[in-house]
Amino acid sequence: MIKIAFIILSLISIFSALMVISRKNPVASVLWLVFHFFGIAGLYVLLGAHFLAAVQIIVYAGAIMVLFLFVVMMLNLNLVNNEKRGKIIGKSIGAVVSGLVLVLFTYSIRTTKWNELFFNQVTDQEWGTAVKLGSLLFSNWLVPFQIVGILLFAAVIGVVALMKRKITRKVENGIVITQEEDVA
Amino acid sequence: MSEITIHHYIALSAIIFSIGVAGVLTRKNAIILFMSIELMLNSSNLALIAFASFMSNPVGQIFALFVIAVAAAEVGVGLAIIVTVYRNRNSINIDDVHLMKG
Amino acid sequence: MSQFNPLEAFNLPIVYWQIIWAGIIVAFVTVFALFAVYLERKISAYAQDRMGPMETGGWQGWAQTIADALKLLLKEDIIPELADRRLFKLAPYIVFAGSLGVMAVIPFGVNLIGTDLNIGLYFILALSSTVVIGILMAGWASNNKWALYGAMRSAAQMVSYEIPIGLSLMLPVLLTGSLSMIDITNAQKSGILADGYFWNWYIFRVPPFTLIAFILYFWASLAETNRTPFDIPEAESELVSGYHTEYTGIRFAMFFLAEYANMFIVAAIASVVFLGGPLAPAPWLNWIPGPIWMLLKSLVLVFIQMWLRWTLPRVRVDQLMHICWKIFLPLALVNFIVIATLVVLWQK
Repeated sequence: MIKIAFIILSLISIFSALMVISRKNPVASVLWLVFHFFGIAGLYVLLGAHFLAAVQIIVYAGAIMVLFLFVVMMLNLNLVNNEKRGKIIGKSIGAVVSGLVLVLFTYSIRTTKWNELFFNQVTDQEWGTAVKLGSLLFSNWLVPFQIVGILLFAAVIGVVALMKRKITRKVENGIVITQEEDVA
Repeated sequence: MSEITIHHYIALSAIIFSIGVAGVLTRKNAIILFMSIELMLNSSNLALIAFASFMSNPVGQIFALFVIAVAAAEVGVGLAIIVTVYRNRNSINIDDVHLMKG
Repeated sequence: MSQFNPLEAFNLPIVYWQIIWAGIIVAFVTVFALFAVYLERKISAYAQDRMGPMETGGWQGWAQTIADALKLLLKEDIIPELADRRLFKLAPYIVFAGSLGVMAVIPFGVNLIGTDLNIGLYFILALSSTVVIGILMAGWASNNKWALYGAMRSAAQMVSYEIPIGLSLMLPVLLTGSLSMIDITNAQKSGILADGYFWNWYIFRVPPFTLIAFILYFWASLAETNRTPFDIPEAESELVSGYHTEYTGIRFAMFFLAEYANMFIVAAIASVVFLGGPLAPAPWLNWIPGPIWMLLKSLVLVFIQMWLRWTLPRVRVDQLMHICWKIFLPLALVNFIVIATLVVLWQK
């Protein structure tokens, strides 16, 4: 049962990852990426990390991908899709390099004696629950957690600073004229 | 295939990571580049959780949680930069952004 | 914790019962949508001093929505020429699946539930956040500016209002110490005062904070389901009808079904988390079974949603964001901090 689920989910995630990098239209890529995240969330459930599966969906599928879709739709990239074709050499070099990365990984995975390091897979039902994670997160890992909070806050400020537009309003002959001007 | 062991999860993670690398190296569209980076972050998360699960140690999940949070921050700032570049240069092809080239 | 499994007598595993339960849920949602559309028409009619549907089927026009549903199913299925056909076809099903999946973890009885996940409430938040993707797909694929505007507004609104919703739902979670919907229900049986009465429900547990949380949740859920006063994604007078402008026939029916299913779902979540769900308000009413209480509480909340829709005007986009970020979010945060402090003090 778990075997079949693993095979299906891994095929889903590999196929949709391939679709993400091969689609011409960014909207299609974004939607395939959402599909990929669902596959990965399913794998997390198989590993027993239920809470993280939910976090994966709520953060990636629910927030990050919506942000991507927003930007893609706002820029209307179908009109500016000027990705130049024909640079086959560059692309093939990229493909070869990523293939070499995969070969490197395969070699290191095959030569490592995993079974000596990892032998006792969790059977504990509570392993991936919010209670378990929360009690760790707010005791041993409290400082990193707060630093992540500061990081997110800094990111929010950075985004606002980047996207802020100066809006000037003036009245000319009884008509209000608004002008928007980029700051960054 | 016999039992699903850690090999399978790590191999899957490696494959997805390589797909992400291929995306970064072959595409010119900044948004798809970004998505490839997300693919790589995700594959590393999968590896972390697989390690944690096969070691019966929940700390790997905490790292994965941090990776997700950092990815969220990174996407916010990155997309803001892409939109700003688009506003100024009317393109998101990374080949068009070469002001720093001498 | 034992889950309701009437097939135990035949020695069948719970999976079979869960499949049957899924069928029951789909049938229930369909029937509920038909009933709710009829109810909405009658309520709007009474709010505006009209009669509403009176002809179809005889008494009070009860068959009107059934006739409408048949009409929708038989209508020609039009796809705009320049639409992205695949996404256009897929979008309504994603929206519907997102809202239907949530029903799996909503308890209708003290142990009558599809599946009792240990992350139940979080699962609800996660699944309902994916509905946004379906809506954006619909708006984008239609290749229509009204549809795209509607989808963008809807996405902005739903993503923003998820935060006050999440924060106010965390109060009962803090008080229970569990995310499981069954645990949350059972924790409302007993409290400081006598057991089994309505004052043990979370809405009355820590006055006034939980009451504020309930009100915040209810208002924010109106935005989450795109209903008046927060129905700017559909705003008929400016956007035709938002992201489903281009949809006809069965696909439009799917959107409609998802909208009414969503109304029921937010009401059901509110009644489980704050109003005791399937619990009776007093011990001497225990002879009435749990599902009836659950439906009664949810339907009262659905009625209030409809009542508000036909009473209040629509807010503007800037007012909507102002309400979310400057009123709801600070209130929800203060609420959350106070309850968290109280829980910590009480545990010591």
